[in-house]
Amino acid sequence: MGVGIQVENLNAWYGTTHTLQDINLHIPANHATALIGPSGCGKSTFVRCLNRMHETNPIARATGVIKMGELDIYKDASPVEIRRRVGMVFQRPNPFPTMSIYDNVASGLKLNGFRNRRILDETVERSLKQAALWEEVKDDLKKKSGASLSGGQQQRMCIARALAVDPEVLLMDEPASALDPVSTSKIEDLIFQLKSQYTIVIVTHNMQQAARVAENTGFFLNGKMVEFDSTHKIFTNPKDKRTEDYITGRFG
Amino acid sequence: MSTLPLSPNPLRTPAKPSVINTLRRQAMNHVITGLSILSTVVVIAPLVAILVYLIYKGASSLNLAFFTHIPAPVGEQGGGMANSIVGSGIILFLASLMGIPIGISAGVYLAEFGRGSFLGNAIRFTADVLNGVPSIVMGISIYSLIVMQQKHFSALAGGIALAIMMVPTITRTTEEMLATVPHAIREAALGLGVPKWRTVLSVSLRTASPGIITGCMLAFARVAGETAPLLFTAFGNQFWSFKLNEPIAALPLQIYVYAISPYDEWHRLAWAGSLVLIVMIMVAVTLVRIFANRGVLKGAS
Repeated sequence: MGVGIQVENLNAWYGTTHTLQDINLHIPANHATALIGPSGCGKSTFVRCLNRMHETNPIARATGVIKMGELDIYKDASPVEIRRRVGMVFQRPNPFPTMSIYDNVASGLKLNGFRNRRILDETVERSLKQAALWEEVKDDLKKKSGASLSGGQQQRMCIARALAVDPEVLLMDEPASALDPVSTSKIEDLIFQLKSQYTIVIVTHNMQQAARVAENTGFFLNGKMVEFDSTHKIFTNPKDKRTEDYITGRFG
Repeated sequence: MSTLPLSPNPLRTPAKPSVINTLRRQAMNHVITGLSILSTVVVIAPLVAILVYLIYKGASSLNLAFFTHIPAPVGEQGGGMANSIVGSGIILFLASLMGIPIGISAGVYLAEFGRGSFLGNAIRFTADVLNGVPSIVMGISIYSLIVMQQKHFSALAGGIALAIMMVPTITRTTEEMLATVPHAIREAALGLGVPKWRTVLSVSLRTASPGIITGCMLAFARVAGETAPLLFTAFGNQFWSFKLNEPIAALPLQIYVYAISPYDEWHRLAWAGSLVLIVMIMVAVTLVRIFANRGVLKGAS
């Protein structure tokens, strides 16, 4: 089951650049939350703080409190534990090129030392079915490299890979921006189904996409969160002038 | 303010390409292709020439005895280089056993952990300098550091000398190959909750492995023919020796001894030994390639 996330006074820096400024936000469990805003506004940095990927960059730094349920992710656990509970799908599909489709999906378990064949088989099948890829790849799971799939299939495989470690939260950083419309709509259908079981945070440049998949939407601008509300309100009756300008295409 | 007249874009293609331009482009294409082929031939020609000449000079002296007998005393006919072939194998095995793990580990440190650090830069600089150290200097260094201390020549000293020569090549290739692994792939592993050390071993190194193997093979092939570092370390031996702390025979040393001798029979054996050395290096490199390519999946990049 998913878990809600409470963000309090989150600040983040890259070197001396203050990328995120005083972000406060509650992401509800088992819902999809979209983050929109122009390029460079801090959306990606924000989701990377949620699974502590931000700190893999040696010049990056973050302060503030992020609570996943009762767990303070910066105090109560190591980054490795957090990343197992908060899965991530990246902007461009990033399969492991030397691994088969099966090994790609099982990698989160295998690379953490998990060896039980029967459970691995079951997990790979379940994850690929969840990612709506099973029917397309079931015949050459172990024969083909993950890199031999098409872009859209690779991205669904990456989603399956993230789901295989059974996370509570799924972060998606523009998961469909490198894909064609058909693959995009498949991924959106997927998000729709997955949010009953996971808490989903999706960064997107595509406002229709945010409107289609997310219950709540946050608008980021220049490192600040300008507005956060139900998607319906953000797109029909935003409180802030800047939000309105952005969603109506007057800037950004 | 008057508007400036627009100058015609000189790069814009006219509606119909002129015949002269088309011909010039095609001619240029042929010239460049021809030059590329020529350069390839110039590079490969010496290699083929050496191989052909070695076969011409050495093949006739090759027989079963060459691979099964030890050198015959001066004045006697026959004899072979069996002990040198085995000795070279032992020294190269020792050198690879020490040089490859150290070289790869140092390369991993440079690429994954020590980027931009003082220690990293120091190691990189040292490796580059070490790469340029003449092999005879390496021989003398190991002679004073190990042979003088132990008070005898040994296979182990030879192995260490060659291992040190292998390290810089392997380190720098490993570092460069790891640098070509896309950052996105590392992030994928870290994002799954895989610890950094495991990411390096199972993702970065595995993705870069074809290039790293090539680097190891280059280093191996380079030291396999080295004579100078072995002169003062392994020393050479006319008899069988399998002990690591005794002087041991090696093909390049035996070739050297035979080639500078005054006897025709020994000259012929030196040619045969050279041929065997080259063929052995080629076989070793090919075997590793075949072995490394096993299990590569369909569509893997």
